[in-house]
Amino acid sequence: MIRETRTIMLDGVGGQGIIMASKILIDGLIQADYDVKSSEVHGMAQRGGSVITQLRYGDRVYSSLVGEGAVDVLFAMEKLEAMRYAHFLKKDGLLLMNEMEIPPASVLTGESSYPGDINERLGALPVKFFPIAAEAKARELGNVRVMNVIMAGALIKLIGLADDLDWSAVVTAAVKPQYKELNLEAFRSGMELVRHSRPQVLVCNR
Amino acid sequence: MQKVLLTGNEAIARGAFESGVGVGAGYPGTPSTEILENFVNYPGIYAEWAPNEKVALEVGFGASLAGARALVTMKHVGLNVAADPFMTMSYTGVNGGLVVISADDPGMYSSQNEQDNRFYARFAKIPMLEPGDSQEAKDYLKEAYLISEQFDTPVLFRLTTRLSHTRTPVLLGEDSSGPVARDFQKNISKFVMLPGYARKRHLAVEERRLRLQEYAETSGLNQTVWGNRSIGIIASGVIFNFAREALGDDASYLKLGLTYPLPIQLISDFASQVERLIVVEELEPFLEDQIKAAGIAVEGKSLFPRVGELDPVLIEQGVRGASRFEANYQIPDGLPGRPPIMCPGCPHRSVFYVLHKLKARVTGDIGCYTLGAMPPFEAMDACLCMGASIGASLGMEKARGSEFARRLVAVIGDSTFVHSGITGLIDHIYNKSTGTIIILDNRTTAMTGHQDHPATGLTLSGREAPKLDLAALVRSLGVRSVRTIDPYDLKATEQAIREEMDREELSVIITSRPCVMISKERLLNEITHQDQCTGCKKCLRLGCPALYLAGDRVRRDEELCNNCAVCEQVCPQVKGETAENE
Repeated sequence: MIRETRTIMLDGVGGQGIIMASKILIDGLIQADYDVKSSEVHGMAQRGGSVITQLRYGDRVYSSLVGEGAVDVLFAMEKLEAMRYAHFLKKDGLLLMNEMEIPPASVLTGESSYPGDINERLGALPVKFFPIAAEAKARELGNVRVMNVIMAGALIKLIGLADDLDWSAVVTAAVKPQYKELNLEAFRSGMELVRHSRPQVLVCNR
Repeated sequence: MQKVLLTGNEAIARGAFESGVGVGAGYPGTPSTEILENFVNYPGIYAEWAPNEKVALEVGFGASLAGARALVTMKHVGLNVAADPFMTMSYTGVNGGLVVISADDPGMYSSQNEQDNRFYARFAKIPMLEPGDSQEAKDYLKEAYLISEQFDTPVLFRLTTRLSHTRTPVLLGEDSSGPVARDFQKNISKFVMLPGYARKRHLAVEERRLRLQEYAETSGLNQTVWGNRSIGIIASGVIFNFAREALGDDASYLKLGLTYPLPIQLISDFASQVERLIVVEELEPFLEDQIKAAGIAVEGKSLFPRVGELDPVLIEQGVRGASRFEANYQIPDGLPGRPPIMCPGCPHRSVFYVLHKLKARVTGDIGCYTLGAMPPFEAMDACLCMGASIGASLGMEKARGSEFARRLVAVIGDSTFVHSGITGLIDHIYNKSTGTIIILDNRTTAMTGHQDHPATGLTLSGREAPKLDLAALVRSLGVRSVRTIDPYDLKATEQAIREEMDREELSVIITSRPCVMISKERLLNEITHQDQCTGCKKCLRLGCPALYLAGDRVRRDEELCNNCAVCEQVCPQVKGETAENE
């Protein structure tokens, strides 16, 4: 059976660990024998600005990125960034969002305000919306930095890849040895956060 | 053989190793930087950061002359700097193979322009290869060295951000058994470009161009992929993959891996077998214009934007008039933007705070500190290219006189100063300016990801090196007023800038503090102002992401804060003053 090409877009704020999350996904997808292409952004864009990467997998992937309206899954590490890139999602696409607000500079200084109704507005879009409290969970685990791994766990569960391979081995290989247990727990708790949701059938690209 | 996932840049480093490259040189620049950072880790090779791209290419030239295979890396605008040796190396040709990597940045993710460097190949009459993924990046690079040596020419290897920073699977080749080396042979008429010799070499370049054109017609680097023949697409690099994604088997493709010189006969044959011929290319109509000039009817830029990146949706819209995909909703208006900002504890912050406060006219330069042009500082009036701050401030003074220069400051980073600021400073001295130049010395090339340079005391391979003493250098050039200050000391920073701006003589201020991202020193300042905040918001004028407004009081995010304590130095409560309204 031909495995259709899927596109996951990861976004957030520079420093939130998006590259690490995508590394875990990529390593796993490679092990599951997918063709994978993933594009990152480096340089000035990393200095606390908004960061996006795209990751595409399937039996044969041509392009490393797609345009607006063509993304299957949006993996957003921050609420405002979820809103900023939601238009990249296909109709009925999947939006996984970390319930975390990082105010940009203009909000910090009081020149603009952080939108208060993001969940309502995203909930009203024609997409499958999964806001999860990954930041809060990470704090509960004692290290806010692992929220990216929690999000990765939730994503794997939601897109139905959880049983395809040994993800704990993938996570173990991707992190520093001293943080192994913490990250494994984070990954598991991410899956746990969406345990009541059935794996989502993604709409086809063509 | 092992299959691994590599970025384009990692794959090029691997390809250079497999090709037996002996010498690699470059200057950091997004998106090219990681090529040498990876290449240096392979055994038996030499790799260096040069002070700038021109020197890097000259090092490559020398290595090639001596018989080694050489790799020279830079971003697109770096090739402007290296254009002088590049243009004439076309005439001299090579001994050991030489490949120049130009990593272009369509969409300007981290660049000041999005020039299309494919024109450099045609300009210099140097063959150009454009890989489309990491596997091709590695394989084409090996091919590039063969072309370089077979045709006695440097080769331009053109990448874009989406190639450099995209991870795709690569089947590794054999490890190199060590750098390849040809003998050095004295050959004055080939390598000494006196006019009499250069005239003969120009004839050789023309003859080479014709042989390369013939080679292009049959090279395996150019490939046809047949699908539906109602549409024929000509594309190269990552754009071929984008087009294939967009159109699948509904089109046929001529994928060009060698994009200069063009295989006109091959293109003409392809054109005759498809109903509608379309060139899909990012930025300029480089291929389109040449194909049209050859008398072949083709569409191109009438269908696609000439500005910014292409993606599969844009390509589908251009070819078919509409895409299967379109945004189902609009991004809401008025979302607060999230531009890049100086990090918490960034040593540049206090300098721009002061420049803003003093209403200085500031010529800026290329680096993280270009962010000084953004709110809340907006303390920059120009930023053009590497090193330009210094020459530009001299020009402003000469246009408006030394009274104008009392408010005029040039700011430049340490790495940028070494790259191309020194000659500008010599002009200030030689032609008697009275301006002020601030060297923001954070002891690294920060924006590209913290590379060493001649003033850091370390090389690309991590070895210790003589540390260029910037203050001593500047003094030795003839600047009499040179002072080094700590930018975390706000009062001293303000005093130094005030005094040097007032001084009717050229002066250089060096602000010395390591970039907070690499600094091992954490200032353990006890930060106390939080409890005393009266809500005057003066500290918010620092634009520090660790400070935020909670109700009518400013709070400090301790996770983000790097304890530079500059905020305390602007706080009237901590200073024991009453809030003043400036």
